[in-house]
Amino acid sequence: MAHLGAGGLVKRVLTTLALPAVLVAAWWFASAHSTSFFWPPLRTIVEAFPETWTADPWLHDVLPSLARLAIGYLIALAAGAGLGVAIGSSRTLREICEPVLEFLRAVPPPVLIPVIALFAGYTGWTSKIITIALGCVWPILLNTIEGVRSLDEVLRDTARSYGLGRVATLWHVVLRGASPRIATGARQALSIGVILMVISELFGANRGLGAAIVQFQRGFAIPQMWTGIILLGLIGVALSALFRLVEHRALAWYRGLRQAERGA
Amino acid sequence: MTTLSALAGRVATRPAPLTKSRPAALGMLGVALAVGLLEALPRLGIVDSRFLPPFSTMARSLAGQLTTAEFWTATGQTLRGWALGLAIAMAAGIAAGVVVGSVPLLRALTASTIEFLRPIPSVALIPLVVLIYGSEMPSALVLVVYASFWQVLVQVLYGVADVDPVVRDTARSYRFSRRAVVRTVVWPTAMPYVVTGFRLAASVALILEITAELIIGVPGLGRSIGVAQSSGAVAETYALVLVVGVIGVLVNVLARAVERRALRWHTSVRGDL
Repeated sequence: MAHLGAGGLVKRVLTTLALPAVLVAAWWFASAHSTSFFWPPLRTIVEAFPETWTADPWLHDVLPSLARLAIGYLIALAAGAGLGVAIGSSRTLREICEPVLEFLRAVPPPVLIPVIALFAGYTGWTSKIITIALGCVWPILLNTIEGVRSLDEVLRDTARSYGLGRVATLWHVVLRGASPRIATGARQALSIGVILMVISELFGANRGLGAAIVQFQRGFAIPQMWTGIILLGLIGVALSALFRLVEHRALAWYRGLRQAERGA
Repeated sequence: MTTLSALAGRVATRPAPLTKSRPAALGMLGVALAVGLLEALPRLGIVDSRFLPPFSTMARSLAGQLTTAEFWTATGQTLRGWALGLAIAMAAGIAAGVVVGSVPLLRALTASTIEFLRPIPSVALIPLVVLIYGSEMPSALVLVVYASFWQVLVQVLYGVADVDPVVRDTARSYRFSRRAVVRTVVWPTAMPYVVTGFRLAASVALILEITAELIIGVPGLGRSIGVAQSSGAVAETYALVLVVGVIGVLVNVLARAVERRALRWHTSVRGDL
């Protein structure tokens, strides 16, 4: 990719942008004279966007939603990786926990919402954060266990014979070695987290991105509802891009290793 | 607890007797511990039994549910929605993946669009499907198909890209027809990826089916859970959550069985190589 000429670069930009441009144009023109209630012209939606998402909804709906997602997700990441290292390091513990964890992972996360609602009601931040954290933790936990389990024995033994301390071994050998699998789990957890962020707000009707979109729908403010759907889509795309950026940096050593192993 | 320490002691003294029954026995022990914990926490008053009834109460409620027609109707509705959505997503994902993946220009043109559409959370479509279909089965179907389609498509694209160019060129120089190339070269290479896509899509489809039932009120187990919770039937809520969890486990088991069966011939499954 590094030795792409100017022509190659232009070609790449063109192939990247061509289809999206065609699709947006198609939506724009196909809906231009639309009188259908559900499918307003794209023009109307675009015009509605800045008036709908002003500073107030950003401050009181979008940012709080994202903050809850971030807090819940980070709790899940810390708990999942921490517990995963503990469980993965002991074969007995792993075999005891495995069926229970498989069951907990298989429970579709949205059913957590009624269960958590039983305990704490479903209005404040806490219940929503718990929902997100509990939903995200299982893929991270199970992948970490798997990552720790499949660590190279030789690496562990080498660390021991070089007299590496427990903390240093944990940090440099165990967590490092398991990090590609932790990243896999974290990626799965992110999409679950976004789903839970939205539906936790659909359930307990106060403010938030999901709640705002549903209020537009219930009030039949269709162009505004569409702007919400588009905003949510953009957030999903932005989060996945952000994740890839972080992963790219954190796992740079792993890609290099894989390339070296392939003899490239 | 005595069994646990006894087991642990035996493991410590006699390392790695790789018997097949050991993980199963320990797993059963883990399940028993979890059930015991669920029973003990409310009984000892550590957790309020109004919020978390003892396991025996849940089990009794579940047994009661199993004899009602509504329960089985709801289960059938959930499973039907899941299976139908998954089947549509598989068919569409495989067809689109093979076509797009086989034509390099098409693949280059669609890459950015797929990367953009894939992370859009399917729950963003909830308000739209509610307006168009209301709380009927098609609402759930749209969400299920949208969410699982991308899982399948992306895996099929990886699979088609994995085809060995030498094999492909050989097939071409032997003048294989386009259809024969797909059947004998592309499909066997892509098969493991397709099966992975199926496994991922199967669990995503179940999540979205239950979500649609719970949030939109599409008939099925998810709606039953919502109804039970809002009417204060706590034991029933937990019993239904357990059922949904068991269905989730069965879906995983089924997906893995399909994987093993479909890839009997593949080196990753064959034991004799």
